[in-house]
Amino acid sequence: MAKHFRSIDEAGRDHVIRLLNLTDHMAEVNRRLHPKVPALRGRTVCNLFFEDSTRTRLSFDLAARRLSADTLTFTAASSSVNKGESLRDTVETLSAMGVDAFVVRHRSSGVPWQIEHWTDAAIVNAGDGWHAHPTQALLDAYTIMQRIGRSTDLDGLEVAIVGDIRHSRVARSTTEVLRLLGARVVHVAPATLLPPHPIAEQIGDLDEVIDRVDVLYMLRMQRERMDSALVPAGVEYVERFALTAERARRLRSDALLMHPGPMNRGVEMLVDPSEVPQSAILDQVTNGISARMAVLFDLLGSGTGLEDQ
Amino acid sequence: MTESSMLLRGATLIDHTGERQGDVLVADGRVTQVSANIDAAGAEVIDVVGCIIAPGFVDLHTHLREPGMTEAETIETGSRAAALGGYTAVVAMPNTDPTQDSVEVIEFVRRRGIEVGLCDVRPSGSITIGRAGEQLTPFAELAAAGVHVFTDDGSGVQDAGLMRRAMEYGRELDIVLAQHCEVSALTKGAVMHEGECCSHLGLPGWPALAEELMVHRDIELCRLTGARVHLLHLSTARSVELVRRAKADGLPITAEATPHHISLTDERLSTFDTRFKVNPPLRTMADIEAVRAGLVDGTIDAIATDHAPHAGHAKDRPLDEAPPGMIGLETAIAVCRAHLDMSWQHLLGAMSWRPAKIAGLDDRHGRPIAAGEPANLVVLDPDAEWIVDPHKLSSKSSNTPFVNMSLRSRVRHTIFEGTLVVRDGVAQR
Repeated sequence: MAKHFRSIDEAGRDHVIRLLNLTDHMAEVNRRLHPKVPALRGRTVCNLFFEDSTRTRLSFDLAARRLSADTLTFTAASSSVNKGESLRDTVETLSAMGVDAFVVRHRSSGVPWQIEHWTDAAIVNAGDGWHAHPTQALLDAYTIMQRIGRSTDLDGLEVAIVGDIRHSRVARSTTEVLRLLGARVVHVAPATLLPPHPIAEQIGDLDEVIDRVDVLYMLRMQRERMDSALVPAGVEYVERFALTAERARRLRSDALLMHPGPMNRGVEMLVDPSEVPQSAILDQVTNGISARMAVLFDLLGSGTGLEDQ
Repeated sequence: MTESSMLLRGATLIDHTGERQGDVLVADGRVTQVSANIDAAGAEVIDVVGCIIAPGFVDLHTHLREPGMTEAETIETGSRAAALGGYTAVVAMPNTDPTQDSVEVIEFVRRRGIEVGLCDVRPSGSITIGRAGEQLTPFAELAAAGVHVFTDDGSGVQDAGLMRRAMEYGRELDIVLAQHCEVSALTKGAVMHEGECCSHLGLPGWPALAEELMVHRDIELCRLTGARVHLLHLSTARSVELVRRAKADGLPITAEATPHHISLTDERLSTFDTRFKVNPPLRTMADIEAVRAGLVDGTIDAIATDHAPHAGHAKDRPLDEAPPGMIGLETAIAVCRAHLDMSWQHLLGAMSWRPAKIAGLDDRHGRPIAAGEPANLVVLDPDAEWIVDPHKLSSKSSNTPFVNMSLRSRVRHTIFEGTLVVRDGVAQR
């Protein structure tokens, strides 16, 4: 059994397949009239959010509660971190309260690895720097499989991930999981927003791939990138890489439109996704609960307790 | 025969003149006799059969952290680490607090080094006031106070115009300008080498180019001004090639490389261990091979440790916040021996007499092992095997990247100015 869930590469294929199957079980739980099971009763999950992310935090919190775990939440904004407390002291202190799992979000890559020396608790990576966001990857893979009706692989599928790949933990983890499942991943971005060394096939022109891909995965584009001269100021990025109504019309009818949220309307999204029938964006949010339940159950559960209480 | 005399019996002696067997008699701070089978009644006889005796090592690049950052290291603890590593002289880097940019601070460091008395502590001076890259320090005044190496180490001098002035002004003084080669506009926020590994780890990259651009710039400024230039901690293949060509052109350029840049690749960062964060960063295998080749063919003159102690809590921070640097004085010779395919004489030259000359210390260090010479010597057991335990190292900090590594070769004794400051691997004060 795995002790932590911190990146797709670290987890490996068997662990990912197991989690995808578990996600499907959890989706079934979530469709029940009373979507709550006793599987993690008496276990304590601590959301350790050094970087603010309301959506991810709420999603993990709900996932833990649906498994009947006790939850506590630490957010840097309202905590002793502002008084100069170190990462190590924070982790050791919370750990001493009897935490079974930490769900960690930090703006610096690698923090979920660093803290393993200071706690015996399981560690779930809820996003570290530009590095990894493996539960997002899991929910993305599950969403695609669910929509196209596959259960074990994504062989032959082509997925274009568009936008700020370089600074995106979502791009890295989702690329890893999709490739692990057999999909072909193409990164679409200007060279300044790609990693220095390619981690997937790269294309600089969205219009070259938009009418053929099975999945169009739009990333959030931060306006600050223009201030640091990674892209020209003004509308050029929007014209070249945003999803416009015209581009949305060119998507195949059986394609999927995805986005990890939160969307930056007017930057990478110039269409209302609710008007794009191919959109799976809200499915991603829904499946996020199931995927995170699967991860927590896998790390903390005894393998039982998924029946109604 | 004085009471303090000692006879080192049965070692192989290696210095720049060559290699031979013999006994070495030391008295009153000097080597008094070197020959086979010395009979010295009254001298303490130290059996060093199987060992190598060489001139003490000289580190061109040591951060002693005092004044100002004594939680990480002090002149005393750093000197002790140096002595245990076989060093009889270290050049103390100027990025202290306050900066080593005035005679007062230089004098403090020098005096403290003498008080500690474990090795020759030679403070470098900064090129610019406060290492801020704006105004030159008083080169002549500092040189008169004994400073030979000037550097803003920790950062490079970014302004090419100012660096040109530093070289022009410094040319007529007997000094060397040592550059930390890093164009900082290309390394903002950088944590590790820019390449395949950082692309996967999502860590901001420090491109090789940022070093090579400044290496190239300073080679050309050296060509223009004729000043003596030393390039610190070269880490990339192209840097080595640029220096090789500059030397072929006859320019007065020297260069150093660190033990970690010939032994560890950027892949070490894949566990996000801050011990492996260093500036310049660990690079690729191709770079390592090029730096090794540079040492073998003499393009790179010296091995320097860039011993950079940091308190444990400083390294317990996220990678982007943790300070760069690793300690290296006590592991240098063993790491270099394991990773360099060269003769003992060539290796010891890179550790001793070549850096001694660069630092202007060759009147007392890196000397031949001969009667009348200052007794600054290291006795090395080339076959001693040991495992690096950070808590058993003498540095006040434990940020060694070689933790738990099994190494071969260890300093048995260090003799500084005729005194046994390390005996059987134990510092004597």
